[in-house]
Amino acid sequence: MRNLFNRQNIVALLGIVLLYAVVQGLIVSDIMPPFYKLTLIQICIYIILATSLNLINGITGQFSIGHAGFMAIGAYISAIITTILNGPLVLGLLAGAIVAALAGILVGLPTLRLKGDYLAIATLGFGEIVRIIFLNTEYVGGAAGFTLPSKITWTWAFGLMALSVVLMKNFVNSTHGRACISIRENEIAAESMGVNTTKYKVMAFTMGAFFAGLAGGIYANYFYIIQPMTFNFLLSFNILVMIVLGGLGSMTGGIVGAIVMTLASALLAGVPEWRNVITAVLLVIMMIFRPTGIMGTKEFSLNFLGKKSEKNAASKN
Amino acid sequence: MGSTVTQQIFQQIVNGLSLGSIYALIALGYTMVYGIVKLINFAHGDVMMVGAYSGWFAITALHMPFLPALIFSMLSCALLGVLIERIAYKPLRNATRIAALITAIGVSLFLEYGGMLLVTAQVRTYPPVFPETRYEIYGVIFKYGDIVMLVTSVVLMVLLHITVQYTKMGKAMRAVSFDKDAALLMGINTNNIISFTFAIGSALAAAAGVLMGVYFNTIDPLMGIIPGLKAFVAAVLGGIGIIPGAMVGGLALGLVESIVSGLGASTWRDAVSFLILILVLIIKPSGLFGKNVREKV
Amino acid sequence: MPLLKIDNLSKSFGGLKAVSNLNIEINQGELIGLIGPNGAGKTTVFNLLTGVYDKTEGKMTFQDREVSGLKPYQVTQRGMARTFQNIRLFSDLSVIDNVKIAYHQRTSYSTVSALFRFPSYYSGEEEMLRKAMELLKIFNLEDKAQETAKNLPYGEQRRLEIARALGTEPKLLLLDEPAAGMNPQETQDLMNLIRWIREQFKLTILLIEHDMSLVMGVCERIYVLDYGTIIAQGTPDEIKNNPKVIEAYLGEEVV
Repeated sequence: MRNLFNRQNIVALLGIVLLYAVVQGLIVSDIMPPFYKLTLIQICIYIILATSLNLINGITGQFSIGHAGFMAIGAYISAIITTILNGPLVLGLLAGAIVAALAGILVGLPTLRLKGDYLAIATLGFGEIVRIIFLNTEYVGGAAGFTLPSKITWTWAFGLMALSVVLMKNFVNSTHGRACISIRENEIAAESMGVNTTKYKVMAFTMGAFFAGLAGGIYANYFYIIQPMTFNFLLSFNILVMIVLGGLGSMTGGIVGAIVMTLASALLAGVPEWRNVITAVLLVIMMIFRPTGIMGTKEFSLNFLGKKSEKNAASKN
Repeated sequence: MGSTVTQQIFQQIVNGLSLGSIYALIALGYTMVYGIVKLINFAHGDVMMVGAYSGWFAITALHMPFLPALIFSMLSCALLGVLIERIAYKPLRNATRIAALITAIGVSLFLEYGGMLLVTAQVRTYPPVFPETRYEIYGVIFKYGDIVMLVTSVVLMVLLHITVQYTKMGKAMRAVSFDKDAALLMGINTNNIISFTFAIGSALAAAAGVLMGVYFNTIDPLMGIIPGLKAFVAAVLGGIGIIPGAMVGGLALGLVESIVSGLGASTWRDAVSFLILILVLIIKPSGLFGKNVREKV
Repeated sequence: MPLLKIDNLSKSFGGLKAVSNLNIEINQGELIGLIGPNGAGKTTVFNLLTGVYDKTEGKMTFQDREVSGLKPYQVTQRGMARTFQNIRLFSDLSVIDNVKIAYHQRTSYSTVSALFRFPSYYSGEEEMLRKAMELLKIFNLEDKAQETAKNLPYGEQRRLEIARALGTEPKLLLLDEPAAGMNPQETQDLMNLIRWIREQFKLTILLIEHDMSLVMGVCERIYVLDYGTIIAQGTPDEIKNNPKVIEAYLGEEVV
């Protein structure tokens, strides 16, 4: 790839625009049933959540299972801005994401020395603390929750999702992304090769938190109400399952996992008592027989469209 | 008749120790399993829940008195623990940590929601098993039930200590915890030892479940989640993998929770546990009794 | 003025003294060996130099600047690179990605540029790709550029580790048992490679090794470590006949 305007990027852009247009057409002409639209927007939200968690867990190898906490922060902050302070939606979403990112720095810095299981439970604790704080804060409605008007449309949801995925993919396919991957592969060797592992671990957390906060803001401004009990460990766990199912370390995998799980959840919506049991059983079976997930660490790539000479010289992106 | 501040403090201490001993029993299971297979058994809290239900079943349907019901519950959960280990955890012994953790969470969800399907989310009540006798010493109230709980917990912990320190099985357990491969080479059947560890841990959790049923009167399929997490914090506080640590951690956590409740901030009770967790992990991740182990470069 | 000067370096782990009162001097362009029985503390010295361990006492000066207290990535940025006793490649990454990481510290584009694909991203990537391929060509690994690192045969993995270290453009290269697991032919090739890279990259090299044929054949000076202290130093011939060295390796009775 020599510059921004290459074959792969143009094809990708066309595909994205086409997908958006088709769905938007169906919505505007009232063909699409409301439940389908809801599911599609949910898929967008979960794609952002899954890929942002993948940045932390899959790409950088840090074991984080408190992602719902970042989402909650984004949700509540954006809700406050759009509702109580009557600000524009863009500002609310941005503020939610930024505050979540700050939380990411706050969580990342002290917990960086922890490895594996210990880091996991620290992030679990963080997620729970955030939920309990919102539970006990009357300003945002406490346990009853916070109601707000629904301003998010398919355009917003899809647009933000596409933007988020593109930005994250750009990060991963760069020297900075490679630095994060090297930390995952062998942290000590990465340090010895001149990678400032502290800086990159915090960066991964912060970015992951930023996008989770954005997803939270989209969620809040679509579903009319947000309650602390939504942002519990089960939610964090579901996001984790999405990226493991899709393939830890693969951005495409995160997208696939998000789509599959959200669709499955929608299909099983009629039998909520069975949904969780089936998920649990399938999960255990998958862990035993195919723990690398659907994609493994491979990505879906449009590299086959590239020029032949470029393909031979370029590395696997 | 009002009580003085000292009396209130002592009352909280009594309550705290009762609660703490329950946490300790659960924490022991976590710590033993982590020590032997380096797995955080997320399903452990739910095993406690199954224990509570087994005990309830034994008392209400089989009309057993307290002690036999307790033993019945402990035995059934010991079996459950072994089954879970063999079916879900053994295949993943050499897998990545994240895969094992996810599986454990999967088992936990299975027990919770499967339980909901089986017994419905409706809350069940433990029938009173103890006389309502209360003893009063200097204004501090001891219920008959409190005393039985404390005594049961202590007896079980002593039995555990004896088993681990003075029996051949216990020695084997400690060996496998220390170095699984070396133990295997010494002729120890590590699979059996691991199953045995899960069995004991689950039995203790079952006991905790029955005691919780007696203490709090009501049981429901999701009752294992929060106490499970708190017991886990207790295990980390004491030093995960270290048995005395789990006992001390459990009691300490029970006391702290009691004090926080006593101070009137009971809605923050759960948050305090997580705060303790974060503090421990930041200040000394190996816990009160733990040692730092370096990675070899 | 020496390139690397270690003064009175000591390291204790609790009560255990791993390294005590170490004094080493290495001049620009030299090829120095660090030998000693297992557990003598050789890798500890490397870990101290590269900031993996903190020293207990003493001073380490590299290019006239103190390097103690630096983090490993800062040490590498100063110009000291190392390889590891147990190969530490990025196993699931391709060969070329392994090398590209080495060029990260001299990266020419920012995170923002990566996110929004400014021109500096494209020129930066191209430069890293070019430099990495050049390096692979020198080490005869260019055909394997897309191969996953863990699939390489052992000897090539070791070569890749050295190549990767050279990607950081160091002045001083620390090699930790580079010949471990190699047969005599591979060891001979390695000796030639070491001599050659010293010339080609204007390096100074400090190596830890157990294989005496390599040490004696390639090193100009040797330091001998036993129980954390230096018991002898000198040219290969001097070391070969030094009774203290023989005693350390083979025991008192043999002397």
